[in-house]
Amino acid sequence: MLEFKLALKNLLGSGLRTWLNVTVLSIAFVIIIFYNGMLDGWNMQATNDTRAWETGAGQYWHPDYNPYDPFTFADSHSKMEEGILALEQNEMATPVLITQATGYPGGRLVNILLKGVSPNQKILSIPSHLLKDNPDDPYYIPAIIGNRMAQNLRLKEGERVLVRWRDTNGTFDAREVTITGVFKTTVPTIDAGQIWIPLEKLQELTSMTGEATYAVISPSATDLPEQTEWVYKDDKALLKDLADIMAAKKGSSRVISSLLLAIALLAIFDTQILSIFRRQKEIGTYIALGMTRMRVVRLFTIEGTTHSFLAILVGMAWGMPLLLWIQRNGIPMPANADQAGVAIADKITPYYGGGMIMATVLLVVLSSLIVSYMPTKRISKMKPTDALRGKLV
Amino acid sequence: MNNNVVNLENVTKRFPAGKTEFKALNKINLSFGKGEFAGLVGPSGSGKTTLLNIIGSLDIPTEGKAIVLNKDIGQLSHKEAAALRNYGIGFIFQTYNLLPVYSVFDNVEFALLLQKMPSDKRKKAVMEALEWVGLADRAHSRPSTLSGGECQRVAIARAMVKKPQIVLADEPSANLDSKNSHHIVQTMKRLNQELKTTFIFSTHDEKVMQYLDRIIYLKDGMVEKDEQIITK
Repeated sequence: MLEFKLALKNLLGSGLRTWLNVTVLSIAFVIIIFYNGMLDGWNMQATNDTRAWETGAGQYWHPDYNPYDPFTFADSHSKMEEGILALEQNEMATPVLITQATGYPGGRLVNILLKGVSPNQKILSIPSHLLKDNPDDPYYIPAIIGNRMAQNLRLKEGERVLVRWRDTNGTFDAREVTITGVFKTTVPTIDAGQIWIPLEKLQELTSMTGEATYAVISPSATDLPEQTEWVYKDDKALLKDLADIMAAKKGSSRVISSLLLAIALLAIFDTQILSIFRRQKEIGTYIALGMTRMRVVRLFTIEGTTHSFLAILVGMAWGMPLLLWIQRNGIPMPANADQAGVAIADKITPYYGGGMIMATVLLVVLSSLIVSYMPTKRISKMKPTDALRGKLV
Repeated sequence: MNNNVVNLENVTKRFPAGKTEFKALNKINLSFGKGEFAGLVGPSGSGKTTLLNIIGSLDIPTEGKAIVLNKDIGQLSHKEAAALRNYGIGFIFQTYNLLPVYSVFDNVEFALLLQKMPSDKRKKAVMEALEWVGLADRAHSRPSTLSGGECQRVAIARAMVKKPQIVLADEPSANLDSKNSHHIVQTMKRLNQELKTTFIFSTHDEKVMQYLDRIIYLKDGMVEKDEQIITK
């Protein structure tokens, strides 16, 4: 306790030098929290949005379905098994059928995926209720697309586009679809290159009546069928790509955090080295007054570490209002930020979790403790008589 | 057991000097009784400071025995030596060695903080010590705002506040003018008489020497003369 009091007194007595170190460390502290908070906020938003728009609480896949290999789509469809059908009947699952197709917007040729989804489904956030059929026109095909796709094909609501596909027998067929809705989503993987039409319509067009490629499970679903030919993909497996991207981003964040922290810690290390050389008489006096050398080591170590406590307090004083302001207003993302293929909103809302803040506090305190201790080891080798004379060790 | 607070028996101290050794003290045999006001006098390099350092448990003899307050300095651990300095020995340095970021009060209080003395007793003792040296009104000043004489008086208060049995003063008047030199030695003499504290000086200042009860002349690490001064 005495060492803490003395350390604080010594630090505050050192004036500008202390506050320079504290300021640099507090900037590093706040930036680390901001950066991690931004990544955590992004991760949280991307995970929630991906669950809501694409993956649901899990999915059952046709055994041949591989979302990374479009050539599998032609064969990866069948009638759903009884257990999955039972889930669908209880509105705990919604089937999706995928077919490769070609679109001809404005005379251009674009490869697309036609995806069939039930207009009545409530599991995914896709506005499938906009897929309203026209009973007077048997050839009418309502379709919804994401805003990226709309931009890419230069299509607006109410416009029509010619689509060509092959049915299950390999026969080409073509028809115009009418865009009944353009939805805005942060999840690019259900938007880019995709046209959503009613499931039954797609089944009819492709002669795949009652068939699907995969089924999305509702978060409220219980008693999932276990022994199925269709492959069950849980939440973790479906979000693996996102988790991998986030892990990579975290890795780069750690590099930036380490660099920032290293700069701040270098200042403390430098101050400690300087202190030990400049304050040798003081060290000798402490020993003459009855402190052991180890106690002086402890005092100087605490003194260096106290920089971090002051930095945390100072960082909280100026950083907390700033971070909360950023959290309230969000961080605008550039227009083409979603080209990376990860769900990313127009604005990222940082999330400052208690665990992350505590981990940052611990990181700052422990690292400053280490850099403060390293130079003080010299004191334990110092002869009190030399210290009193101010003789260099 | 005798009444001495310091007993030195054949104390020798050698320091490495390149490939050879330098003998700073050579078989010193001395003892200091309770309440003595004694001085070690001699030219530079005669061993005065080395002897004070050994008595103050800041250093250990290479040979011989130094018994201070019934403790064998050569046998003490770091912790025991620190405790001896904290409770039994006060130091006054030529350059005052006040802690610059502390106030006068804090500087004097420091030794008592190490002793974990309760706050109320501590404050009382500090103010009493500052009154001894006539600086009670400067308790909250920083050392940088004091004159050399005032700094040395703070150092005396710091050494005396814990009421040690021995005070070691290394050239205490070397940085002071004549008036201040007399003043601080008179202060120490008064405290010596009031508190029966043993004072051991290292000095070659005539102004200090005239107050001493005993002068030990050192030359080349040996006692040349040990003279008791009869006060008229």
